[in-house]
Amino acid sequence: MSSETVAAAVEDLPGRSLWMDAWRVLKRNRAAVVSAVIIGCMAVLVVIGPWFSSYRYDFTDWSNLSIEPSLATGHLFGTDTLGRDLFVRTLYGGRISLMVGIVATLVSLIIGVSYGAIAGYLGGRIDHLMMRIVDILYALPFMFLVILLMVFFGRNIVLIFVAIGAINWLDMARIVRGQTLSLKHKEFVEAAQAQGVPTFAILRRHIVPNLLGVVAVYVTLTIPQVILVESFLSFLGLGVQEPMTSWGALVKDGAEELESAPWLLIFPAAFLAMTLFCFNFLGDGMRDALDPKDR
Amino acid sequence: MLRYSLRRFLGAIPTLFILIAVAFFMIRLAPGGPFDSEKVLLPEIEANLRATYHLDEPLYRQFARYIGNIVRGDFGPSFQYRDYTVTELIMTGFPVSLRLGGSAMLLALLIGVTAGSIAALSQNTRVDYAVMSASMTGISIPNFVMAPILILIFAVYLGWLPAGGLGDGSLRNLVLPVISLALPQIAYVSRLTRGSMIEVLRSPFIRTAKAQGLPLAKILLRHALKPALLPVVSYIGPATAAVITGSVVIEQIFGVPGLGRFFVQGALNRDYTLVMGVVIFYGVLIIAFNFLVDLAYAWLDPKVKYS
Repeated sequence: MSSETVAAAVEDLPGRSLWMDAWRVLKRNRAAVVSAVIIGCMAVLVVIGPWFSSYRYDFTDWSNLSIEPSLATGHLFGTDTLGRDLFVRTLYGGRISLMVGIVATLVSLIIGVSYGAIAGYLGGRIDHLMMRIVDILYALPFMFLVILLMVFFGRNIVLIFVAIGAINWLDMARIVRGQTLSLKHKEFVEAAQAQGVPTFAILRRHIVPNLLGVVAVYVTLTIPQVILVESFLSFLGLGVQEPMTSWGALVKDGAEELESAPWLLIFPAAFLAMTLFCFNFLGDGMRDALDPKDR
Repeated sequence: MLRYSLRRFLGAIPTLFILIAVAFFMIRLAPGGPFDSEKVLLPEIEANLRATYHLDEPLYRQFARYIGNIVRGDFGPSFQYRDYTVTELIMTGFPVSLRLGGSAMLLALLIGVTAGSIAALSQNTRVDYAVMSASMTGISIPNFVMAPILILIFAVYLGWLPAGGLGDGSLRNLVLPVISLALPQIAYVSRLTRGSMIEVLRSPFIRTAKAQGLPLAKILLRHALKPALLPVVSYIGPATAAVITGSVVIEQIFGVPGLGRFFVQGALNRDYTLVMGVVIFYGVLIIAFNFLVDLAYAWLDPKVKYS
């Protein structure tokens, strides 16, 4: 076979991108696939589930205060001490928890990726200074500052997003910076530089798209962390406000009625733990799939 | 080594300064004040009180005064507990928190390293999968969910252990809070240990040791454990921070009179000095721990040299 025919044969082969490779590995990881399916079902359930229930999340059923779960009354998960249907409240809490997870992760994603990419790409003294700042912030007991923020400025849901997002971008910035450092001496970046493409355009068009693999893994692992922080705040009574609720707030209420009405703890706790469990498994699976070191 | 320690010490100063500044201005800019209570004070009395605590001065003067006091080691009097200084309050709460957090960390390291090593030795067997699933569960169930569940099982249904309080301070009262605090950390430590142990067990010097016919226990303890502990050691810093924040809720759930109570109560009552005191105290603790961890790292890994 002459070298030309080999070249032609190679050209005919369909290309295999990083994403296709990753998808094949991920599909073989049963735990990750099951987790992804459960997360999908959970998301659908919390979004459309409340519409199919005959109770509202803040409706008080005076004839059924604090009753056990039963099919007969229509309260599948029972009711709380105020007679509110726990099934609907758990789904509503799930909406808030998942929403906080996604929005706050996006906030930390935007800050972390731009910060890390800029520091890594510009390098030199700016990089040094920016990373020193990250080091200093790392040493702060952030949870305490967030608790202070929530206590002093009220339980505002936008504040929750921003506060949680703002403490979670540090890891992202470090990881993205490391990747950017290894990317910026690649030929395609040098070609863009030689053609005089402006720095910002290189970052946006060449650096950031190549970071997506790492970022995707990290996002999956950040969402459960963020949900955890939100439920921690809600547990201290600093998260969302009544009659709205989140999984953390429901667990707190359940913990207070532990002896008389254990179902108030068990259902929200199970939903919360299940979601965190699945996100962690999916994130692990994605790390295995997208990490080229393992192949 | 000495120069390195000195540099780290100087490096900690800006971190602490930022922490103090952020916390100070956040507290002062927040609505409400330490003298808001149901009992309305006469304007003259409140003015007098504010003057006594220098709250009538401009904010930057107060900040400068506060920094000056802290440098001299004076955290000021508490607004809420009028007869105590903040230092006295911290010293009453800290021993309890330390006992709780310290036991949790020790338990996490002991069980975590053991479980992780067992999983690594039996990689891809049922034992390994069992340990790893248990650890994933531990990571996924937050300690404030685990704590009420443990109370439900061991205090309410089985009645083996007390549901809360310190009681006479005996070990029985500490079992549940320590376990709730330790479980997530056990999970993290065992995952880290398993990962690094697998890597170490594959390395040439372990193969040599095996080839020379050393018994497995000796290989593990003498040769494999030290390098395998590196990632665990570097996790101790974040773990300490996690245990400290976790103890805020755990102390609340179990009614343990530690430092966490002062922090949450202080924040709700606008007890400025007490909250600042606890934040600074914990900040210093975390920074000091990170420093010790770096020193331990140098001892474990001969490749790392600090100068």
